[in-house]
Amino acid sequence: MNSPVLEATDIHKSYGSGSGRFDALKGVSLAVRAGESVAIVGKSGSGKSTLMHILALLDQPDDGAVLVGGEDAATLRGRAVNQLRNADFGFVFQQFFLVPNATVLDNVVLPLKIAGVSGRERRERGMAALRALELDDKAKNRATNLSGGQKQRVVIARALVNNPKVIFADEPTGNLDTATGQVVEDILFTLNREQGITLIIVTHDTELAERCDRQIYLRDGRETDAPAPPNLHGHGSEGAAA
Amino acid sequence: MNTGDLLKTAVQNTFRSKLRTSLTVVAIFIGAFTLTITSAIGAGISDYIDSQLGAIGAEGVLTVNKAPDTETAAEEGPNRYDPDRATADDPFPGAPAGPGGFGAGALTVDDIEAIESTHGVTSVEPTVFVSADFITADGSDKYEISLNPVSAAIVPDLAAGAPLTNSDQNEILLPDEYLDALGFADAEDAVGATVTIGATDAVGEQHDVDVAIVGVQNTSLLPLGASINENLTDALVEVQQTGRTVDAPVGYLSAVAHLERDATDDQITSIKEDLADQGFLAQTTADQIGAFQTVISGIIGVLNAFAVIALIAAGFGIVNTLLMSVQERTREIGLMKAMGMGGGRVFGLFSSEAVFIGFLGSAIGAAAAVLAGTAISTALATSLLSGLPGLQIMLFEPSAIITVILVVMGIAFLAGTLPARRAAQQNPIDALRYE
Ligand SMILES: Nc1ncnc2c1ncn2[C@@H]1O[C@H](COP(=O)(O)OP(=O)(O)O)[C@@H](O)[C@H]1O
Ligand SMILES: [Mg+2]
Repeated sequence: MNSPVLEATDIHKSYGSGSGRFDALKGVSLAVRAGESVAIVGKSGSGKSTLMHILALLDQPDDGAVLVGGEDAATLRGRAVNQLRNADFGFVFQQFFLVPNATVLDNVVLPLKIAGVSGRERRERGMAALRALELDDKAKNRATNLSGGQKQRVVIARALVNNPKVIFADEPTGNLDTATGQVVEDILFTLNREQGITLIIVTHDTELAERCDRQIYLRDGRETDAPAPPNLHGHGSEGAAA
Repeated sequence: MNTGDLLKTAVQNTFRSKLRTSLTVVAIFIGAFTLTITSAIGAGISDYIDSQLGAIGAEGVLTVNKAPDTETAAEEGPNRYDPDRATADDPFPGAPAGPGGFGAGALTVDDIEAIESTHGVTSVEPTVFVSADFITADGSDKYEISLNPVSAAIVPDLAAGAPLTNSDQNEILLPDEYLDALGFADAEDAVGATVTIGATDAVGEQHDVDVAIVGVQNTSLLPLGASINENLTDALVEVQQTGRTVDAPVGYLSAVAHLERDATDDQITSIKEDLADQGFLAQTTADQIGAFQTVISGIIGVLNAFAVIALIAAGFGIVNTLLMSVQERTREIGLMKAMGMGGGRVFGLFSSEAVFIGFLGSAIGAAAAVLAGTAISTALATSLLSGLPGLQIMLFEPSAIITVILVVMGIAFLAGTLPARRAAQQNPIDALRYE
């Protein structure tokens, strides 16, 4: 519980150059310990997704370092980074990103297929993940024929099928109605509690943020201690969820 | 992703956009179809020429002529008369010119000896021209026939029977167009029968010679006449000399030089050079048909070039199809890369799709070409080309078909590299960023 799985120190990231240059992150540091659930909270455009992408090794910071299990990610080779993302990370993006014409099962086992796991084992582990999310009866359905909540559960099944250490979730409830969003949140926190999977959740929903062990507030690319006034936030999250 | 899964996924992906894939496949189909047909025509004709002239079977045989005058050959127009080159005067008045006959002098008896004493030559048969007035079978009418005594160089394309032998019996290979005329039911019926050949001697008297039919020869692309064996040749020469009072100077238009059976190409080349130094033009059967084949290969080459142009156009079709596919699947590619799929594997996935599309188009194209070509070829063999028995205008060789398919797959791979590289270099976060 005490060793950090992920550590970021003084992360800077800017987009564009010259007069069009935009500093998305201006020196953010954080450490995430194994088994923790951490919320990255902030308004739209505050740099939450950028920070998550850097932590998930999908992007490199311009300045500052990301340590994974104590090792500087900048020193890792491309292949090792791919391997790390494939084996240790699970992803839930704000959009579902399901392959439209493939079956639910095929979508779920994609990380295992990339890892080179054999067809039979893929099936078994994929079905187990679907069972955990009560979707095993939909295994043969086309991914496009599901409701929003079912799709998000498929996405979560895909994120945990490789038994990851960390699940990154970018606005996991942003696309769902309040009730379905609640179900998805419950699933994520159950995984955190029962399997000890570290959660890094990007959200602008304060209620979801408060269910996490710890919150990191971002404003204009910087970490702030004080949360924004609650009334403003409550209003914003309701508007987004509708 | 392991290679098996990669290939399987690539195949599945090509079927995701069926219309687009089909259209690209059609373009490749046309190129592959054409290429398969043209290569089959090339193979069919070469095979026919081989069977006609027995190029391979007549190894160890050189046809030797007096070399044409190379000094004057370079000049435009007819060769100038050169009294120094005058040879055995008027070898055989009225004799048909053999290969390379006109313009070159005749071979004298000394020449024949010179050829025989050339290192590597085991024996020499001067080519004698014999002519027959007619051929007839029991009870049939009399028909004109030309005789071909250069039979040593020919491995016959037989419809029935066996090749000529050196026995002391008169033997002939009957061209199949004589079967009906001479009253034979079919080729088998003719074999073993006896026919009569009439020849006129020097004083104009006609003599009959009885000849056994040992085989029936398919009609040849080059009308060479009926092949006859040495014994019959001698018999006819004897008839033709009968009553001749003045000794005509002896000369031959050409001679057949026999080499050792196992002579290598290098040895044959050096013998040819040796003979060339002595003023002879020596040609293997392959050399003789070479010119003919050069023309055929030229035509086939042009046709192939058109097919390749079609394939290159189809290659751009593949580029286009895959670029659209990469565009459409931006998110999917981004997702796979986010989940740890390496750029090399993404490249492999898309180039496999290109290669598979190439395979589909070329395999279907080649299969259609084989079906259509075989039907056309069979139809032609019994109608338009029935005068050339044994000619299968298209010959589909498995190796040629496999080559066509592999070449198309190669072109498809090259076409796929551009889209595949684009996919491989795609940045996952650009694809996954919420719009
Ligand atoms: N590829 C990019 N090019 C230019 N600007 C970008 C790019 N990606 C993000 N940004 C900008 O960086 C800022 C932070 O973006 P992001 O991390 O997505 O914010 P959040 O997730 O908090 O909404 C935004 O103002 C956004 O417009
Ligand atoms: Mg965002």
